[in-house]
This record gives sequence, structure tokens and C-alpha cells, in this order.
Amino acid sequence: MKAYLTFVWRCVRVSFVGDWRYHAWMLALTVLALLGLNAYCQQLVHGLAVTGMSDQVSWGLYIANFTFLVGMASSAVMLVIPVYIYRNRELHHLVIFAQLLAVAAIVMCLLFVTVDLGRPDRFHHLMLRFNFPISMLSWDVVALNGYLLLNMHICGYLIYCAYRRREPARVFYIPFVFTAIVWAVSIQAVEAFLFVGLGGRPFWNSAIIAPRFMASAFAAGPAFMMLTLAVVDRFTSYPVPRQALLTLRNIVTVALAVNMFLLVAEVFTELYAGTTHAASLRYLLFGLHGHDALVPWIWTAMGRNSLALAWLGMPDSGRRPALLYTACGLLIAGIWIEKGMGLIIPGFIPSPLGEIVEYTPTRNEVLVTLGIWAAGLMIFTILVRITIPVLSGRLTIDTRYHRGRLPQPGKGPVATAARPTTPAIAREESP
Amino acid sequence: MVEPDPSRRSFLRQGVTAVAGLTAFAAALQPLTQLDLDDLPTLEAHLQKHYKEMSPAEMEAALERIRAEVAKRYGLEAHVRDIKPLDGVEFVYALNLSRCVGCRLCVHACVAENNQSRDPEIQYIRVLEMPRGTLDIEQGNHLYDHPTVPDAAHFYMPVQCHQCSNPPCVKVCPVEATWQEPDGLTVIDYDWCIGCRYCEAACPYFARRFNYADPHIQPEDVNPEMAYLSNRPRSQGVMEKCTFCLHRTRQGRMPACLEACPVGARKFGNILDPESEVAWILRTKRVFVLKEDVGTLPRFFYYFDERYPREAGDDLPPPPVDAPHAEPPR
Repeated sequence: MKAYLTFVWRCVRVSFVGDWRYHAWMLALTVLALLGLNAYCQQLVHGLAVTGMSDQVSWGLYIANFTFLVGMASSAVMLVIPVYIYRNRELHHLVIFAQLLAVAAIVMCLLFVTVDLGRPDRFHHLMLRFNFPISMLSWDVVALNGYLLLNMHICGYLIYCAYRRREPARVFYIPFVFTAIVWAVSIQAVEAFLFVGLGGRPFWNSAIIAPRFMASAFAAGPAFMMLTLAVVDRFTSYPVPRQALLTLRNIVTVALAVNMFLLVAEVFTELYAGTTHAASLRYLLFGLHGHDALVPWIWTAMGRNSLALAWLGMPDSGRRPALLYTACGLLIAGIWIEKGMGLIIPGFIPSPLGEIVEYTPTRNEVLVTLGIWAAGLMIFTILVRITIPVLSGRLTIDTRYHRGRLPQPGKGPVATAARPTTPAIAREESP
Repeated sequence: MVEPDPSRRSFLRQGVTAVAGLTAFAAALQPLTQLDLDDLPTLEAHLQKHYKEMSPAEMEAALERIRAEVAKRYGLEAHVRDIKPLDGVEFVYALNLSRCVGCRLCVHACVAENNQSRDPEIQYIRVLEMPRGTLDIEQGNHLYDHPTVPDAAHFYMPVQCHQCSNPPCVKVCPVEATWQEPDGLTVIDYDWCIGCRYCEAACPYFARRFNYADPHIQPEDVNPEMAYLSNRPRSQGVMEKCTFCLHRTRQGRMPACLEACPVGARKFGNILDPESEVAWILRTKRVFVLKEDVGTLPRFFYYFDERYPREAGDDLPPPPVDAPHAEPPR
């Protein structure tokens, strides 16, 4: 117990240690998070009237980000499956970053749901009268919290074992890993069913939403992992094999292609028949009766995704890191638009009574959103910051350390010895 | 130059960072000081049970608390009750589209009766101005504003909560803050709602409203005849909706919107009573419900009761002389 508390304390200490870039990054995130907190306090006082939402468009930026982040969280399985089922060796010591991303993403999801509530002070009513299994939102509560606990346990156990220099006992994490694989699929499904189950919203009431959620998540999540690994590779001594990045590239490419195909399938089905049910999709793609706030967004998203797909699909993309990472950035942004704003907002436009009321997020709403993203990225950064020295054996129970002598990223004997000069993706490796 | 003690320097730096961080944190929380402590929910309100779990004594305590809040906020003595549904009653509404002239008197009577917020404005009834020849509500105009109604080229279709037998809004609520009563009315416990607005997304009739801001009513506009499940004051951040004026209708009166209607387009009653007017309308008129395909089974019916449009349509051709004019039985 004492050893565990020491471990936690050391983790807290480590998260404050880093070079100036680390401090600058964390400071920027802290400032954004505090601005978001300030904006949320405004919202607590004045109500959700400080957002751009209305009775017609009753969910907005918060739920859009929530939807996107559920996908990011579940996409950890795209690394877990190759490692634990197909025994992929290159990804083996990288999979934990995906699980850490899942933890951070779920925390952000929970924050986004909380800020969307009109009466967050009544949160305990969920415990007292829980409409399970009838309400899909109650399924969502179970799914998200369960997934958070599973991933926290897996990561925490593996990291603590590495800290204690113990071999992790398979029985304590393998069953949880496999549960988490199924669970990850289920959080996507539950999240999609939350929208799909509404018969009064034809735009959402479509079976293709759940598969689209999966495909878009399995593209955006691993793309984000590639960017994370690029940073890890650039700033730490942690080994990132080139082959791992290429595997991820292939996953992203296939998932993105499937996602775009599903989108085309949906657009065709809706538009070719020409029924009035396609009004929301027409609003999204072309505008309706002169209202077209989302049109530039969705076409930008589709352009980004197409460009990213073309770049990723190029045979030599693996040797051109700049191109590869730009493609990842493009498709993350593209999917954020397509799956967030492009899915949530048109569901409300036109309203069930045919009224067209558009939605634009307010400054306050944007600040809250940025604040939650900053908090989430801060959590993710800290988790990665702690994990790297522990897993590479520089921070263990035997490490003798005192103030100012904590292991630093990119410093210390191990780091200088192993520090590569070229990015992992551009390195040729001996088999 | 003397090198400062490294541990002291680092201590100072950490101290300054911690103070700066705490100051920034406190500054971020600053808007909370605008909260009026008197308006915050009391511990008693927080510990209040769900409507269905309250004992009679607990309900009396809740009603007393509501009376006290009304007295404090609006300076008037409210008559707040918990009015239960009547046995053998299922309420149904029927609306005669041939008669409705689109005057919106029902909208305003509803607001006055049900203590909706005047600022921001919340209304339960939406009147659509429909072009003749279609029932596609996407062609309806919500914001018509003629000097006089009705407009000859249109008919008018008021929409409010349809009190569905299969209500999608009830299904989706994660905390059971909304449910269907035995007499068919879908109600909300305003003290239980967490404000997630899932029900608003689920409703196919745009019948639910959310209190995006603190509701404001002038004290002289408050209707002191209140019921726990209908028109008592709501708070910021909760849903509300039409309850067919249950504080009136469960006491044998008609809903406020019906009483306000100048042309008798609105009919209301107990469908389980075969002698009731609504039972007669459902038997004899060609009634229809909105969006039958979504399977909500509404208790709100529309009908046209004449063969030819009302006389306002002067520009329309007169009916053929040999047309049979069937008088409805009295």
C-alpha cells in the first residue's frame, strides 16, 4: 500500500517535470482549460441560454464532440486487436498509448455530457431512478463508465507492474482486455442507437449510422495515435518501430475508405428516391430554402477525407512523414466535422414541424468546448508522460530519486544513447 | 555573485507557480459569485424524492415548499395541489381544421394559464399556416403575420403535445422524470428532470420546451391555481410541456386553449365515455392523426367537418347546386 502511494506521488511529481516545450504545452492547455471553466461557470449562472441551442436545435457542439470522442475512445481496439489477437509484435509496447487515449477520451465524453445538462446538480437522480434498459442514454452511462473502468484497470495494472519490475499476471489483465474489445464495439453501437432509435428524426433513424460510427472512429482514432507516436518518437527515447506506423497507416486507410463508401451509400439512398425524409440531408449538403450554414463545412470535410485517402493510399506515403501526418490531421478534422456537427445538427433541421432554425455555437459554448479538449489533452499528456519512463525502466520502485532528479524526457543516459536522428517512419529497419 | 541555494530557489519557484495557479483558478470561478444564494435549490429540494415515491406527507411538504417559493418570488399566495387522475377517464383532444382560423388565441390563453416564462418566451402550441392542398407540415408557415386571419389561400393547423399512447419522449428519459399517467397525460416531475433534452430530440411533434434561462413572469401575470404536475413554476434547466391543463381537466373543466377558441374548433373529453363529444367525433368524422407512420398513437385527432371550404375562400368556385349538404346529427 505504501509502495502504491509512493508510486502515485512519484507520478504526480513526474507530470510536472519536462523541458520548456512540455511546460509551454501544459501551460497553454491549463490556460485554455481555465478559460473553459470560466465559460462553464457563466453557463451555470445564466443557463444554457448562453449557448446557441434552441428548442428546435436542442443539441449542439457539446453532443457533437461527445459523439466524436466516443469513437476516439473505442478506436483503441484497432491497436488492441492486432496485439492481443494477431500477436503483432511491433505494436505490442505501443498499444498502451491507445488505451490511455481511451481513458482521456472517455473523461472528455463525460465532461461534455455534464456540461450539456440543464441541471447537473441533479446528477444523483441517475443513481436513484435509472431508466435501464429502456432509455438508450442509461445504456450509454453504463457503457462509458464501464469502458473507463476497464481501461483504467488495464493501463494502471500494466504500468504499476512495470514500476514494481514484476511480470504482469495474465489473469489480471487478459480477461479485461478481451472484455474491453467487445465493450469498445458496444460503446459505439450504444452511442449510435441513441440517435438511431428516434423514429421522429428520419435523418438519424437509419441502420447505417452505427457502421458509419465504427468506420469513422477506426480511421480517426488510429490517425490520432499516429500523431501521438510521432510526438513520442520525436521527443522521447521510447522506441517507435517504423513497421508499427505502417500498420496503423493501413488500418486508417481501410477504415477511411469504408467510411466514405458508407457515406456514399447513405447519400445515394436518401437522395435518389427523392422522399421528403431526405430534407435534413439536403440541408446538410446543399442547403434548404436558402439556409445553408453547414454546407461549406460538410464539403470541406469530404474534401479533407478524400485528400487524406488519396495521400494515404499512395504507395510511398510510408516514406514521406510530412505527407502522412498531414493526411492524419486532415482526416481527423474531416471526421470531426462529418461525425460531429454533420451528424447532430442536421438531425434537428428542419424541426419535426418543418421549421428551419439554424444553429451557430456561441463564443461561450466554444470556450467550454475548447476547455474540455484542453483538459482531455492535458490528461492524455500526463498519462503518456508518466508511462514512458515507467515502461522504459527509468522510473521504477528501485529508482533512487530526490527533488530535481526525476527522469526527464529526452535526457539521461538511455535517452542520449538511443535517441534517433530521423523520424521513425522514415527509418529503414533491419528485420 | 552568490549562487542561491538550489532547493530554496526551486521552492520559491514552485510557490509562485502554485499561487499563480490558484489565483487563476479562483478567477475562473468568479462568475459563480453572480449566483443569488436565495435562488439556489435548497437541501430540502435536493433530497426530495421522485413524484411516484413520495408519501402523502412528503408530497404535502413539497407542496408547502412550492407555496413558500411562489410567495417569496412573486409575493402571492398560490393554491398548489397534487391532483390525481380520475378512474375510468382517458382524455382525448379533437381539432376541427375546417373551423380553425389561425388567430392564436389558444397559444396566448395557454401561456397565461400555465405560467410559462414570458422572457424568454415559451409557448406550448404552434399554429401552422398550411397551403391548401397539402398536409405536408414542412410546407407550413410558423411565422405568419397577417393583419387579419384567416388568409383565404391557407388553412390553419395548431400543434401541441399529442399525449401519445406510445410516447417516444417517455422511453428515452434516463431518470424517469417523465411518464404517462393512467388518464393518458404525459407529465414531467420538474423537480426530477436533469435537463438532458433527450425527450425533446425524441418528440416527433415539437411539443416539448426547455428552460434555457431562468423563467420570468410578472407577479400580476401568475396564475395562482397550480398543480404539482402541470403549471407550477419551473426552474432554469428543466423541460416542460402541455398537460391538457390537468389542473383544470381533472377537476371537470375544459383546457384553457379550448375555452379561448372563438370558433369552437377545439373539442376535448373522455374517450371512455361513449356519450362524450370526442367519442361522437371519433365515431362520425373522418379523423386523422399527425405522423401516423411513427407509431406514436396520439390522443390528439384532427378532422375536417365539411365538404367545402369555409366561406372565407371567396375566390374558390361555389359548390355545385346539386351537392348534398349533410347536416351533422345534433
